[in-house]
Amino acid sequence: MHNSFTKLHGRVKVKTTAQQEEEKKKEREKKLKIYVAARDACFAKRKEGIKDEEALELTQQLLSSNPDFATLWNQRREILMHLETIKDEDEMQKIYESELHFLESCLKVNPKSYGSWFHRGWVSARLPRPNWVRELSLCDRCLSLDDRNFHCWDYRRMVVKMSGVPVEKELEFTDRLIGSNFSNYSSWHYRSTLLPLLHPESPDPKSSGDPPSSQAHSHRVCEEQLLKEYELVQNAFFTDPNDQSAWFYYRWLLGRADREEMISCVYVSRDEERVVVGFSRPVNVNVFILFVEVILECLAVVLLFSIVLLGTIQWSTNVNVLVFRSELSVEKTSVLQSELQSCNQLQELEPLNKWCLLTIILLMRALDPLRYEKETLAHFETLKEVDPMRSAYYSDLCSKFMIENTILKMEYAEVRVFSISDKNLTTLCHLDQLVLVTHINLSSNQLHRLPLQFAMLQCLEVLEADSNLIENLEGLYHLPNLEEVLLRNNNLQPLASCPKLKHLDLRGNPVTLSDGIEAEIKALLPSVTKLLL
Amino acid sequence: MAAEELPSEVDVVIVGTGLCEAVVAAACSRVGQRVLHLDRRSYYAGDWASFTFPGLLSWIQEQQQPADWSSLLQEGEELVHLNQSYSSISNLQVHCYVRYSTCQESGTEPELNQSQSEPCTETEGQSEPCGETEGQSESCTETEGQSEPCGETNTQSETGNETEGQSEQRRLTLPDLVREGRRFNIDLVSKLLFSRGSLVNLLIQSNVSRYAEFKNVSRILTILNGNVTQVPCSRADVFSSRQLSVVDKRKLMKFLTSCLDENDPPTEFVGRSYMDFLEQQSLGAELRHFLFYSIAGATEDTPTEAGLASTRHFLRCLGRYGNTPFLFPVYGLGEIPQCFCRMCAVFGGIYCLRHSVQSLVLHRDSNRYCSCLYLCPCLCLTCLSPVSLLCLTCLSPLSLSSVSLVSVPSLGSGFPSVRIVELSPSTMTCINGTCEYCSTNTASTTTTPVRHLTLSVTGGPSVLWSLYFNMAASSEVEGQELPINVHMGSAPDSALGHDVTIAEKIFQKIVPDEEFCPPAPNPEDIIYDLESGGPEAPLTTSIIHTHTTFILGNVGEVSCLRTQ
Repeated sequence: MHNSFTKLHGRVKVKTTAQQEEEKKKEREKKLKIYVAARDACFAKRKEGIKDEEALELTQQLLSSNPDFATLWNQRREILMHLETIKDEDEMQKIYESELHFLESCLKVNPKSYGSWFHRGWVSARLPRPNWVRELSLCDRCLSLDDRNFHCWDYRRMVVKMSGVPVEKELEFTDRLIGSNFSNYSSWHYRSTLLPLLHPESPDPKSSGDPPSSQAHSHRVCEEQLLKEYELVQNAFFTDPNDQSAWFYYRWLLGRADREEMISCVYVSRDEERVVVGFSRPVNVNVFILFVEVILECLAVVLLFSIVLLGTIQWSTNVNVLVFRSELSVEKTSVLQSELQSCNQLQELEPLNKWCLLTIILLMRALDPLRYEKETLAHFETLKEVDPMRSAYYSDLCSKFMIENTILKMEYAEVRVFSISDKNLTTLCHLDQLVLVTHINLSSNQLHRLPLQFAMLQCLEVLEADSNLIENLEGLYHLPNLEEVLLRNNNLQPLASCPKLKHLDLRGNPVTLSDGIEAEIKALLPSVTKLLL
Repeated sequence: MAAEELPSEVDVVIVGTGLCEAVVAAACSRVGQRVLHLDRRSYYAGDWASFTFPGLLSWIQEQQQPADWSSLLQEGEELVHLNQSYSSISNLQVHCYVRYSTCQESGTEPELNQSQSEPCTETEGQSEPCGETEGQSESCTETEGQSEPCGETNTQSETGNETEGQSEQRRLTLPDLVREGRRFNIDLVSKLLFSRGSLVNLLIQSNVSRYAEFKNVSRILTILNGNVTQVPCSRADVFSSRQLSVVDKRKLMKFLTSCLDENDPPTEFVGRSYMDFLEQQSLGAELRHFLFYSIAGATEDTPTEAGLASTRHFLRCLGRYGNTPFLFPVYGLGEIPQCFCRMCAVFGGIYCLRHSVQSLVLHRDSNRYCSCLYLCPCLCLTCLSPVSLLCLTCLSPLSLSSVSLVSVPSLGSGFPSVRIVELSPSTMTCINGTCEYCSTNTASTTTTPVRHLTLSVTGGPSVLWSLYFNMAASSEVEGQELPINVHMGSAPDSALGHDVTIAEKIFQKIVPDEEFCPPAPNPEDIIYDLESGGPEAPLTTSIIHTHTTFILGNVGEVSCLRTQ
């Protein structure tokens, strides 16, 4: 008993949770009443068009507790703009400075408030005598608390632009941010915009013919700086190979080269009244029309002759070698080779790192796609295993590379037969490079469809696509020379129409099971003489 | 001793205001126990204290002239002796490298210094640095390169030749140090707070952290091949490190990541040295050095499992408050026990410095509650040797950061690896232009190597003043049953971090059903009940009931306990 007395005695009494809850509830209700009253007053003033300092005061009260009330920010801007018309510059300076001060407190409530940041940008731009140094230090403070606050990044970019901070300073700034935490896309990206400004690639004699506009927008960086950047980013991905931001920056560093715009192939056919022009990179329609006109004018005489004589003319260049490699860069082979070496080094330490594997594949392709084909395929297999979520992406990418390799081989051999069977292709691409192909063999792959771009194959006579997963023939339109289609063991449902089709092998497809299929096909494809069902 | 102001009835009497005792006091007081907290000293925190420079000088004097309390002992029915003159400090040495004065401003200091000057020759002449280094020549062979600059700077002070980049710094004299002395806060022990350690958790959990302010240790340094090198320990450090190759970076990160998983070490390494284990991990010598000395804080005989455990602890503490796993309290470590005392006082604990328990009433009939304290000066104690050094502006790689931890690897037998904490003026522990180096280590050797290595650390910052001493560590009172209402606290140990689990255990023995240091309520939630909160009536004699618990802080408070 004595004990219990002494224990109770002297103990600090604390309110129970129920008491505290009750008090908090009352407090909340009281706050809500004030809030609602203030809001109504603000709305009333806006309705009546009263733009006085009292309204400014009222909106300030509300916004300081809820800085995401966009309507109130608008109202505030209306009032401030009105005040600008009746006050002199010094007074406005004062008002705007207090506005900035108020905004700082709002950002403390919510550092990612859209309204507050936008308003700050608005005020800073209107301030008669802006203090950009202070704004920059505010941004630095915010970024030191959260280096990925994109609102702050945005605002900072604006401040930098307005105040003309030298690019070198900004590059140092990214150095600092990357140094404290390199898992930050914003910093790396910012770097990628600064480097071409600060260290532009020295004018290349080859590119002197380029239009001036494309040079001004050059995204290339001089080699000396590039080597430093490679070192920096390697430090990042060796430290943490699972961090994507560094790998993405690395890809940017490696892949700055724009393909040169040029014609890769021209095909003119008098019989079909067609002209096909292949370009090395996507062009917009206006440019295309221009090109066609130019070509037709320049070559008209020569072509006309040939067409009259031969009926068709084909011309293609061996530009593909360059086209496929420049996926990454036209950087010196030695540099790429050493980058490949360091990636291989990392891969030895981290054999299952997907970023590393993918980068190795890209580097190998940039260096020599045919020589590294075997390694590339093996790496793709590992990639599919370690990153099953993206296995379809890897399959597509691998298909693309296999097609590129086959095109290269075909061009080296100077034949018009394109054969790529049993390579686990899941998608077809680069069909624009195959305009002159007469015989294509796609059998024993994983293709689900023949894409619309298949119509590019204007010279195609024989299509072998047995043992795929093809579901329809939507790509088999407008193929004037197509004579033979082999589609055994696919997933075909309906049929397409090709006027010259004579030989059609559809054995092992569900479509063969339907009644009257033969008559239907005959109707659809009148020239088919050999039909295997 | 006068006790008329003390309450007549308390639940817990705590003697000594060291960290452990202060935590128990706060915890007990927080759950309503009436706490009487005494310390025979005139300052808080006992061996954990931080002193101003004049405070430290008088502390030194106190250690050298043990006060004679015997005349104050009282007779009682059951005579109980408490060792009042016990000092946990031994082997105290003071070295002063600055001039005593340029002009005699404060008269008392020279006397003070003369009383300490026996161990060092420099204090007599203005400076004879070479004599000092010669005295240690057998121990300097490995570091002679480093010992030279120190000699040079000392010579400079003699000749007044200020060529060596320090000319902007006026030469400090001892009176300068004393005059500015109130701005020093020199810790007796050197420790850091692991940012996820038990002390930090307790500070947060109990809201005691409100009373203090902390700085993040900014860098971890080590001596590698005679150079001060920053240890890359966090991800950002590894990334920006210039000395590691990318492959080393990967290996280091890989090893550290694997340490984070709570895997037991391979069975073949259990019980074997951690260094052996590291050597098996295909890590370069440099990486092994970082991992072994700085990250694991290991010594030559650290077994693998302990090395891995401390590495894991280090890594888990990273990133909570910054790029290193440590915090340091602004104004020194002595703040922490005081913060807990403050919490205790807020909840009604009663404090009395310069007081200690003189006698305890023994209940003969009931064996359970009787307790009795006897003098017994010869306990076997393990020794620590905390070293405090004051240095002038440090050289290049240092100076910018607020707190650094420097691990100095072993330099062979007689030179065990040590860890030194460097404190800059921003921690409010020393004045501008100076820097404080502290180190607490288990001392199996003399103190000189520690100082010597400290000099080698910075490539020779000129030492202004230094102090070495050995401190008794807490030890189990073996072979003697403690009365169940008597608990022993703990003295500072030589580990880098703090351990407050002993305090928690004591608390649970006293009040098993109560929560240990629950968060202190907000002031607005406290109900002040004026009726029952009146002051206790003062009594002339102190009655301590059998239910009262005693917590005796340092072994220094009582050298021996024996049931009668």
